[in-house]
Amino acid sequence: MSGFSWLIQVIEVLVALLAAPLFAGWIAQCRAVLQNRTPPSIWLPYRNIRKLLAKEAVLAEHASPLFRIAPYIVFGTMICAAAIVPSLSTNLPFSNAADAIALVGLLATARVFMALAAMDVGTAFGTLGARREMMVGFLAEPALLIVIFVASLISQSTALPTIADRLATEAFALYPSLAFTAVAFALVLLAENARLPVDNPATHLELTMIHEAMLLEYSARHLALMEWSAALKLFNYACIGMALFVPWGAATTEMPTAPALILAIPVLALKLLVSGAVLAVAETAFAKLRVFRVPELLATAFLLAVLGLLVHLLLQG
Amino acid sequence: MNAAPAPMLLLVSLLGLWVVIGFLGLLRPTSLKLVAHGLFPLGAAVGVAIATTAALSIASPVEQWVLGVGLPDLPVHLRRDALASVFLFLLGAASAGISLFGAGYFRRGEGTLPGLLCLQYHLFLASMGAVLLADDAYSFMVAWESMALTSYFLVTTQHRIPEIRQAGFLYVLIAHLGAIAILLSFGVMQGGSWQFTFDAMRAAELPPSWASAAFLLALLGFGAKAGLVPMHVWLPEAHPAAPSPVSALMSGVMLKTAVYGVLRVTFDLLDDPLWWWGLVAMALGLFSALYGVVFAAAQTDMKRLLAFSSIENVGLLFTGFGLALIFQSAGMNAPAALALIAVLYHAVNHAFMKGLLFVGTGAVLHATGQRNLGCLGGLIHRMPWVAWPTLIGALAIAGLPPLNGFVSEWLLLQAFLSAHEVPRLFLNMLLPLGTAVVALAAALAGYVMVKFFGVVFLGQPREAALKDAHDAGWRERAGMIWLAAGCVLFGLLPNQAISLLARVPVELGLLEPGATFGSWWLLDPVAGRQASYAPLVFLAIVLLCVVATIFVVTRIYRRRVRRGAPWDCGFARLDPRMQDTAEGFGQPIRHIFEPFFGMRRELPRPTDPAPHYRVEVSDRIWNGVYVPAAALVQHLALSVAQLQQGRISTYLVYSLVTLLVLLGFVL
Repeated sequence: MSGFSWLIQVIEVLVALLAAPLFAGWIAQCRAVLQNRTPPSIWLPYRNIRKLLAKEAVLAEHASPLFRIAPYIVFGTMICAAAIVPSLSTNLPFSNAADAIALVGLLATARVFMALAAMDVGTAFGTLGARREMMVGFLAEPALLIVIFVASLISQSTALPTIADRLATEAFALYPSLAFTAVAFALVLLAENARLPVDNPATHLELTMIHEAMLLEYSARHLALMEWSAALKLFNYACIGMALFVPWGAATTEMPTAPALILAIPVLALKLLVSGAVLAVAETAFAKLRVFRVPELLATAFLLAVLGLLVHLLLQG
Repeated sequence: MNAAPAPMLLLVSLLGLWVVIGFLGLLRPTSLKLVAHGLFPLGAAVGVAIATTAALSIASPVEQWVLGVGLPDLPVHLRRDALASVFLFLLGAASAGISLFGAGYFRRGEGTLPGLLCLQYHLFLASMGAVLLADDAYSFMVAWESMALTSYFLVTTQHRIPEIRQAGFLYVLIAHLGAIAILLSFGVMQGGSWQFTFDAMRAAELPPSWASAAFLLALLGFGAKAGLVPMHVWLPEAHPAAPSPVSALMSGVMLKTAVYGVLRVTFDLLDDPLWWWGLVAMALGLFSALYGVVFAAAQTDMKRLLAFSSIENVGLLFTGFGLALIFQSAGMNAPAALALIAVLYHAVNHAFMKGLLFVGTGAVLHATGQRNLGCLGGLIHRMPWVAWPTLIGALAIAGLPPLNGFVSEWLLLQAFLSAHEVPRLFLNMLLPLGTAVVALAAALAGYVMVKFFGVVFLGQPREAALKDAHDAGWRERAGMIWLAAGCVLFGLLPNQAISLLARVPVELGLLEPGATFGSWWLLDPVAGRQASYAPLVFLAIVLLCVVATIFVVTRIYRRRVRRGAPWDCGFARLDPRMQDTAEGFGQPIRHIFEPFFGMRRELPRPTDPAPHYRVEVSDRIWNGVYVPAAALVQHLALSVAQLQQGRISTYLVYSLVTLLVLLGFVL
């Protein structure tokens, strides 16, 4: 049994790794359709990564070793995060070693390394991007933590698969606290993944960039890893959201058999298709905020999450 | 005088050895060689011995020893229990790394003579040890005061600089205000028995009102030493003034003696906490945590930045302490024990992390002569032996897994998750807000550390002189590696550490003897809640992912790397001045948390031919509380000084009037 769950663990990581660029491609397609543009191929992110991997890497003269290892660390932490987040099954052995608080810490590690690498070459855009990314991060991270706390109070566990498992298998109940936290989580997702009201993933105007400004000095395989990590991060966030708010469909501990797992794959695909389309609609509907309005947006997310916590304690405490 | 038990005797003689080492420095006070090659490394070895003895003795039973030295009829009472052992371990282990670093750090011409410095330094260490072992109010206060005085002299090592003397004065002033409060607290706790041994205080039955007075006085007194807001003002002045190893000791170890004091008084001497004590401690702690980290983000001096970060961490310690008190007063012993363990764990962790960062700034200061972040940058190339250990310290203090700072914050958050079981609706609603503030402070700590490390070590050198910066010497490197190893080990082996720390709540009666926190590799502290963390597995999987990625990418694709000019969007004339300054990096925080700061801005008009931009950030508490208080004291002193005329005839009149008044009383 244990061997089987480790197999599921590995399958899940591989699915995340391979499907993440596809998810990014799907969102780009939806956005293009909504904006009356000819959509790019859904396989474009893969081609991009393949192209970048094959190129010769150029490093700035005074880049330190930290700059070179940062893409690998960021990519490694994102794979690791994919191992904690339940997307296909809620019976993940690795999640004992790292609960949801550790997941938040893992995402913070990736962010800190990315910001440090951006400061390493010492360009104006790099430090600007690092500063803005850390600004977004320090508001989004506690909001995410509180969102997770609400779910852990409901399910008496801080392990994400267990949370999803209990939410999916217990008798259906409406949690008003989860409604607040869902809104908070959606805002955090947009901010942390450099999506539209906060950052424009398609921008070419350096002064408005956050995420892209940090990657300006990267090229070839390092850039490929950074882009793949960004896609993985978005995929992970989408899966965290589904684990917390629509946990049904994944294979649970009650039925961790092969058929359930096979059934879980199309369910996951469907959820991702829908959430990607919703994300594209949201991104088309919002206009980009000025950088100094971003803290207000995230403070709203943080307060909504705290409100969710209070609502939970008032109603269920 | 009874016979001394073994670990106690060993600990006392090791502390005595520190005193002897200190006085050996006076043999040849001008010899730097003796101090650097002999005495400081010896002091470090004694530190390791103390740490080992303390760690081995944590689980052994409580020992008491009455030592008939000092004044007649006032013997020195000593006591070693688990709480004292934990803090003695912290003292020994952190000071070992710092002393080793100090061996290579102190140079000729630092102000105080090397031999004298050696005496002050080792007396400081020994008095901190004595504070932890003292078991009566007299010896506690003597040790506490010698700790304050020796550290005052260490802070003013470069006493020829007026600002440093001023910083030292502020420090010693607040230290004494705190000491008075502690003294009064002991006075209340003896409860009319006029016995000042701690045993008498444990036995005294205080009514709740007096117990509360004792608690608040102790919180004030120890809070002043720990740097709790609003008694924090001396920290950002004294830490930059002191030599770096001294800052490391004060921040890493001395602040923890204050935490020890408040734990000793509350959990041991006053055993029945009222629920609102915890709320007061937690409110002060949360405010300090947020205040400290927000100010740290706005600093431009690297040692001031670290001083404010210490205020944040002290805030987290007092938050955990308050949480433990609330749980204990509600009769929830298991969560109280968890919160207490989180506090002890964080105290030990912070000693390593902050010690490491402060000695790192010391190495940078020696290599460049700069404390100002605006004049540093790019040092990772010149000083890799300083940069990489400092990176470990910075990541640890930012609370990132798998390092030690994460473990203690994780434990604190797990303790907070039990808060909804407190049987008071009012607290039920307030405690989640505490969780939110802790999460916010922890996330901001990441911002501060990216700023600190990024501006000092990454990017391009902001000054031409930085190109000749030299790396640290081997003793400095060894000291830094010792402290960094502490950060890593306490991150990876939390169960081993906790099984020792858990002796403290066991002795306080909060925990059953034999309670476990998971197996040797899996931390699983809360029964009935699925919450576990296994740093070794975690690290293994992260490393596996990273190494596999490196292997796959470099094997399958070409490994060639070309070095070129930075891209910077095609801008060819890149200049170090184009990087963010420390002010710039802190700007979003200043903007978002504007109400915290007293800010004065001078903005240029668009038509100014020579535009000048200036922003001055000051501490509202300093301007709002300390400056008026100082003015009031000055005013009172001046009005009393009216009496002092300097003419002998006036004084004779005073004497006459006094005699007449006394005569009136007698008749």
